[in-house]
Amino acid sequence: MGMTMTEKILAAHAGLTEVAAGELVNAKLDLVLANDVTGPLAIKEFEKIGIEQVFDKEKIVLIPDHFAPAKDIDSAQQCLELKSFSRKQDLSHYYEVGRCGIEHCFLPEQGLVLPGDVVIGADSHTCTYGGLAAFSTGVGSTDLAVGMARGELWFRVPETMKIVLQGKPRNPWVTGKDYILAVIGRIGVDGARYKTLEFVGEAISNLSVDGRLTMANMAIEAGAKNGIMPADEKTIEYVRTRAQRPWQIYQSDEDAVYSEVIEIDVTNLQPQVAFPHLPSKTRDVLEAREVQIDQVVIGSCTNGRWEDLEVAASILQGKKVHPEVRVIVIPGTREIYLQAVREGLVEIFVEAGAVVSTPTCGPCLGGYMGILAKGERAVATTNRNFVGRMGHPESEVYLANPAVAAASALLGRIASPEEVCR
Amino acid sequence: MGLVKLKGKVWKVGDDVDTDLIIAARYLNRSEGDFLAAHCLEVLLPNLTAKVQPGDILVAGKNFGCGSSREHAPVAIKYAGFSCLIAESYARIFYRNAINIGLPVIVAPEAARVIKEGALLEVDPGTGIIQDLTNRRTYQGEAFPAFMVEILSAGGAIPYVREKVKHDV
Ligand code: SF4
Repeated sequence: MGMTMTEKILAAHAGLTEVAAGELVNAKLDLVLANDVTGPLAIKEFEKIGIEQVFDKEKIVLIPDHFAPAKDIDSAQQCLELKSFSRKQDLSHYYEVGRCGIEHCFLPEQGLVLPGDVVIGADSHTCTYGGLAAFSTGVGSTDLAVGMARGELWFRVPETMKIVLQGKPRNPWVTGKDYILAVIGRIGVDGARYKTLEFVGEAISNLSVDGRLTMANMAIEAGAKNGIMPADEKTIEYVRTRAQRPWQIYQSDEDAVYSEVIEIDVTNLQPQVAFPHLPSKTRDVLEAREVQIDQVVIGSCTNGRWEDLEVAASILQGKKVHPEVRVIVIPGTREIYLQAVREGLVEIFVEAGAVVSTPTCGPCLGGYMGILAKGERAVATTNRNFVGRMGHPESEVYLANPAVAAASALLGRIASPEEVCR
Repeated sequence: MGLVKLKGKVWKVGDDVDTDLIIAARYLNRSEGDFLAAHCLEVLLPNLTAKVQPGDILVAGKNFGCGSSREHAPVAIKYAGFSCLIAESYARIFYRNAINIGLPVIVAPEAARVIKEGALLEVDPGTGIIQDLTNRRTYQGEAFPAFMVEILSAGGAIPYVREKVKHDV
């Protein structure tokens, strides 16, 4: 019987020729990731196991990105715990703040995750790497500790939902963010619970790698275990210059078993906005234009990549942001930041009246640098708009793509890019 | 393999209770259980720790624990005094994290819908049987697979793995 790409990856890492949905397997891990919030707890648990050394010091990545550069003394302590553990274990992949970036932007960029990998991360958006045809999923700190100790972890082979995205969008501002918001709007925040979301179709082939990473990133927002898409020439082009080890491409068989197939035609899709307080509460941007805003955030592991900054800069260039609005731009990695400096994007943002920060999660999870007061509203290119996610429990977050965020920054309300670019 | 029966009073929450609602990110600069418990579900159930009796049971709707992978969420619930959870369904990372820290999370759609706030329950996590002692009704929740029972009876994944590691060498 045919297998999906997710089943093939899991089978290969479990030393099996075949697996089927529902089966429990022990899979070998190619990479294990944690950050300054989940890492300290994982380290504490690791130390209880009674093993001195991690399974492979080349395969563990610790990134201080959530509350780093440290926002307070407690966060500083957590960052220090990451650093001390990395030193003690002599880990190859610990990066000081300023030299890395947001984990899910940084790992693909550095070639640390590759097609066909099995990756776990103590961060729910670890599913991002499915954009490069890897199996990657978020786990908690205890699973991470076990992964660091043993280099393998049990998984229940998920059922796969196939999402076929057909057509070419007529609206030039429609991006991968809008595709994934449309999918979540359609299936709901638990529509893919415990499952794999496999994205295929013309719209996926036409999407850049940045856009694919954005889509896979938000698979968790539909409850999925992982999001994945086939590797093609763009994928290979992206990893070829970055990879320092071999990779393997797995394609789904024609007769693979899917729990469901959903077809979406993107031809007439408009930019999407997810209203508070769930990513599934989507509307066309044109139906959201009455919402007045106080803040705009352009960044995060969803939309902090080069292409995202580029489109935002193209809209803000030579203009001033609305006098009542704070705009915070956060490049996803040091490399993107540096390119934004070299190519003049930072100047465009600062001239327009925005704040530009070193790469960090910052306000995305309500950490720091852009916390919302009671009653304030933000348009953010991030991935979650839960109650209190970016600050006060009575503040609101509207999720959108970077072009919508930039247009909204200029008009002081949710705006469609056509309103400011003719 | 025995899992002890649990008895406690019901606290209810609705559908899609996310990890930010369970424990907001601004508290994630610390990881001690008692600190996290003090802010557990603070928007939905203010001053929870002052009111929960050790052993009480949290009953939720669909997709409980959706959102982030923060293990701080089940840790906060455990340290707030809850002995177990009953829900229509759970987000998968939350579910795994709860088992890993030795907190039984029972899937029981009918019970989750019908049971009322304040009811006194007796729960057998080994069999999934839930008795509503207030209403004298019994519900059958899903039983855990054998290896999860082993993890839960060991008190969580770390003690469970520690034993395995000992046998490996
Ligand atoms: S940018 Fe936001 S969603 Fe992404 S890892 Fe950081 S906190 Fe999580």
